Amino acid sequence: MRRIRRGPAWLLTIGLVAALLVLVPLAAGIGAYPIPVGDVLSSVQHKAGLGGTELDRVAESVLWNVRFPRIVLALLVGASLGCAGALMQGVFGNPLAEPGTIGVSLGAAVGAVAAIALGLNFLGNWTLPAMAFVAGLCTVLLVYAMSRAGGRTEVVTLILTGIAVNAFCGALVGLFIFLADTAAVNQITFWQLGSLSQATWPKVLAVLPCAAAGLLLAPLYSRRLDLLALGDRPARHLGVDVERLRIVLILVVALLTAAAVSVSGVIGFVGLVVPHLLRMAAGPGHRFLIPGSALGGAVVLLGADLAARTLAAPAELPLGVLTALVGSPFFFWLLRRTRRKQGGWA
Amino acid sequence: MIRLRTRAVPPPPVTPGEVLAETEGLRVRLGAREVLAGVDVTVRAGEVLALVGPNGAGKSTLLSALAADLTAAEGVVRIHGRPAAQWSAPELALRRAVLPQSAALSFPFTVEEVVRMGRAPWAGTPLADQDDMAVAAAMAATEVPAFAVRPFSALSGGERARVALARVLAQRAPLLLLDEPTAALDLKHQELVLRLCRERARAGDAVVVVLHDLGLAAAYAHRVAVLHAGRIAADGPPAEVFDERLLSEVYDQPVEVLPHPRTGAVLVAPRRDL
Repeated sequence: MRRIRRGPAWLLTIGLVAALLVLVPLAAGIGAYPIPVGDVLSSVQHKAGLGGTELDRVAESVLWNVRFPRIVLALLVGASLGCAGALMQGVFGNPLAEPGTIGVSLGAAVGAVAAIALGLNFLGNWTLPAMAFVAGLCTVLLVYAMSRAGGRTEVVTLILTGIAVNAFCGALVGLFIFLADTAAVNQITFWQLGSLSQATWPKVLAVLPCAAAGLLLAPLYSRRLDLLALGDRPARHLGVDVERLRIVLILVVALLTAAAVSVSGVIGFVGLVVPHLLRMAAGPGHRFLIPGSALGGAVVLLGADLAARTLAAPAELPLGVLTALVGSPFFFWLLRRTRRKQGGWA
Repeated sequence: MIRLRTRAVPPPPVTPGEVLAETEGLRVRLGAREVLAGVDVTVRAGEVLALVGPNGAGKSTLLSALAADLTAAEGVVRIHGRPAAQWSAPELALRRAVLPQSAALSFPFTVEEVVRMGRAPWAGTPLADQDDMAVAAAMAATEVPAFAVRPFSALSGGERARVALARVLAQRAPLLLLDEPTAALDLKHQELVLRLCRERARAGDAVVVVLHDLGLAAAYAHRVAVLHAGRIAADGPPAEVFDERLLSEVYDQPVEVLPHPRTGAVLVAPRRDL
């Protein structure tokens, strides 16, 4: 597990960090009100008290009240989705597991929609993420309980459970939309398409606790996730308290999914595609895969959001629609490949 | 995060003949069926103990019980002198290694990565600096270095079995529990695996191995326990236990036991009148 394949893992880390360093100033500059990258850097320098100059009032406001919160949200959501995907695949021992495909995202969405539709506000700004977390957690536990048999999760069972859970959660979302008033319906519809366009600093603060907790906890379990690839019993024989590990990781997945979903609705396939590509390039060791997927997810989502708001400018493509357009064919290819390797579903 | 658990303490060195695992009046039920119906067995350091018997006699269940995987309906399983349920998973991992009947892997780790997983229990202990040595030695012993960098999933059944064994050997636990380690192997590698069992026993470990090949059991085990319908039908050195009448009855098939014409060692063969 150590030292092996350090090459690709290091190269990828460096590549992803470089991509992030290029994308962030680009995303901050590009838009309906263009700001040259040099000005962006200069304004950041000024805020950090390292020289630089303040921009004019409009540019400064666009940069710090519109663009940066949106960038930070994209990074948080992307990192959460990528990391949740990698974790979930490890926990289920199944490369097709992802919060979106198995219904956890939509489960969390039920919580969020309920909060909007019923006008709940018991935790202030944190109500939406908290409701998404609770609903997401219930859904993961349900999927987990329903799709495991004899200590294993078969692909077919998992995907079919996902279909059932997605159908049920979709119905619940529909029910809450039916119950909601017009203003809430608009809010829900907009949110459901998976957009980051209404990013504000309070929104960043609302999801930060969930996302940060999940992202910090996840890497602690990477070595044990490697052992879990051997199966439950062999992992226990190597000293892993398997049941406890699963419960903790399911909690972490629910935290990350809730963070992502409560901001921007269901953004599918990032958690599926990113860990998968990284695994193909650098091997399945979770010590790289988990932080790598968080980093990769952040890069992909920031890039996707940049594309979503520039490709059809001045209109804005819904982010969730864009990732699904690219991600679904990939999922299909993955399905075919897994099927071929297993010689059919039997 | 603050670690509330204390580190598992590695076991002290074992002395030859020390009892590393034992069962007393062990009864195990799986569903409605009683798979073990009162089993007493002792596993000693420095000894290869073979578990033999027909399909469904309870060999694998007994092995799982010795590995602390099962809860007993009645009776007790002790590992290193303490009831199995009182050990934590990390403590057990330093005391016993288990080779499952079939080796699976959900992600394409390489052979060397898989063998290195056997060292996981030692992470954070002073013996962790032996990791590289233990991995290399285990891989050499099972003749797998030739495909060290290939993904485990690309190997044949026999190669996988040897890699799984290498992982178990790399764990360097004083109690080795092997469930049919020879099932997928060719003649040469069957001999290799059982020679390894003898070597580990000579080095002071206790080895319990489930075998179907009575000839291998007769040749390599210090002691053989014959299981029959959830009970121990016989337990002792192969020369005593392998009795024509007993084996014929247990296997419900006439069996011949004869001395090897050259070495005089015990040979067991089904009686065939063709």
